[in-house]
Amino acid sequence: MLRPLLKMRWLCLVACGALMLLQTAARAELTIEITGAGANRIPLAIADFGGDPGVSRALTSVIRGDLERSGLFKLIDTSGAVLTETTSPAYDDWKNRGADALAAGSISSSADGRQEARFRLYDVNKLTALAGAAFVTSSAMLRAAGHRIADAIYEKLIGEPGVFSTRIAYVVHSGPTRFELHVADADGQNAQAALKSREPIISPAWSPDGTRLAYVSFENKKPVVYVHSLASGQRIVVANFKGSNSAPAWSPDGRRLAVVLSKDGGSQIFTVNADGSGVQRVSTVAGISTEPFFAPDGQTIYFTSDRGGSPQIYRTDVNGGDAQRVTFEGNYNVSPRVSPDGKSLAFISRREGAFRLAVMDLASKQVQILTDSNKDESPTFAPNGRMILIATEIGGRGVLSAVSVDGRIKQRLSIPAGDVREPAWGPFSK
Amino acid sequence: MKRFLIPALFVLLIAGCSSTPDVPEQGGAPVESRDANTGASVATVTTPSLAGSKLPPELTDPKSILSKRSIYFDFDKYEVKPEYKDLVAAHAKFLVSHGQLKMLIQGNTDERGSREYNLALGQKRADAIKKMLTLLGAREEQVESVSLGEEKPKNEGQNEAAWAENRRGDMLYSGEF
Repeated sequence: MLRPLLKMRWLCLVACGALMLLQTAARAELTIEITGAGANRIPLAIADFGGDPGVSRALTSVIRGDLERSGLFKLIDTSGAVLTETTSPAYDDWKNRGADALAAGSISSSADGRQEARFRLYDVNKLTALAGAAFVTSSAMLRAAGHRIADAIYEKLIGEPGVFSTRIAYVVHSGPTRFELHVADADGQNAQAALKSREPIISPAWSPDGTRLAYVSFENKKPVVYVHSLASGQRIVVANFKGSNSAPAWSPDGRRLAVVLSKDGGSQIFTVNADGSGVQRVSTVAGISTEPFFAPDGQTIYFTSDRGGSPQIYRTDVNGGDAQRVTFEGNYNVSPRVSPDGKSLAFISRREGAFRLAVMDLASKQVQILTDSNKDESPTFAPNGRMILIATEIGGRGVLSAVSVDGRIKQRLSIPAGDVREPAWGPFSK
Repeated sequence: MKRFLIPALFVLLIAGCSSTPDVPEQGGAPVESRDANTGASVATVTTPSLAGSKLPPELTDPKSILSKRSIYFDFDKYEVKPEYKDLVAAHAKFLVSHGQLKMLIQGNTDERGSREYNLALGQKRADAIKKMLTLLGAREEQVESVSLGEEKPKNEGQNEAAWAENRRGDMLYSGEF
């Protein structure tokens, strides 16, 4: 008799812990506002998940929040509906409510104290189930199960992978000597500080496997490039040569980094192994060559140079050789980032004195300006290529803004207590 | 807290008793079990603070020209202006006579534009000061030129006066970096 009772108490402690964590997460620092939405949103009903009311309500709100913020779905009111993944849905009712798709599910705790979230997605018009999955997670990571379900729904309905389970990194500046490198879920929740410093931190870049961040830290009164393992906190100095060391960018295979060094005069692009060995020079033209970024082929590096008299974007082979100029409109085009499919280039362009996010279709060379802000910086593509996250300024404060590649959907991520800057969107989670 | 925990406990007790329903296969959409955990936890690292040490008095005495350490640049300009030649020459002379001392030159820019591009522009300013110092006799290995770009503004304002203060090269001696 005692044993089952004890077990029950333990179970409840774990479950309570999960609840409290969910509540803490809801108060976390980064908040997201949607400031624009897509033109043709899919009407989607997500029924309240079954199971313990507190836990399932939190889970349902993670899923709804993810899908709604994407700007691609219109959430249909589900009040009064009681169903889970085991119920046969009343398709006519959902059709009458205006839904094209319906998701239902439940959450339960298993004997080992872990949580199992199950769901099914239905096509209301074709009267069929489209997808279903169960995700097992520790109580502390319950939000992760919600993101996984949102990803599965997104992928089935949109036809490309979702990015709700990915993470972002950014720098928070909250006082003259307070700089923190944070890692958070893509929805801004679950933020954790990877590095706290009294000196600036810039240019974070995710390793392709999502376990490490390369960045520039000024903790030694000069810019030095580090590679930081997130789980252990172990840091490796990748480039600390005489002069400045900056602008790290990973090769797609994660073995090498492009960096900018001033050790040989000027600011020049080099490549280096992820442990700091094997330094090779890439750019050779005198002056400034900086902001290297690998194309997905691993062979081409896009970068910014003043060799033509004003900062413009060029591309070159990773082994060096002649560079071709890529941008021609305007006299200030910087911070090139190639899309994950290699077909377009995001960059910052100065137009009429304002720094704005631009996207170039690399085949046609057509350039589209996506924002009307004044101080856009540091673009970073979501791993599915659908959104671009930038740093910008609103009311004198640094915020992050996510903009869809067609410019229609806009979200803003801000922290009341400080400037947020230097975003880097991580890879798909394994 | 306790008031909220007790009903929560009660609710969770009930939840703990329910069993996981078996999900039947439906229309080609099987429910498969996967691990939801996306990322590992993140360990927090705090960088250590650098400790300063004593400088020769000439470098801090306000009456000495050597107490002046900043050189200001015009907008989009990277050459040391003639008005700073005497100051740079005094520091070069001091470095020659104090061969054991080292200098770190930090170039800075205003906040407009890309952080990394500004880092490269700040480097041009620091390099210009270093070049003048070495031409006047300071040893190459005595002087390091680096850039802080727009990251350490002296004046946080967003106007021409503030930007002019931030377009700057600072000379630091051993013990200050």
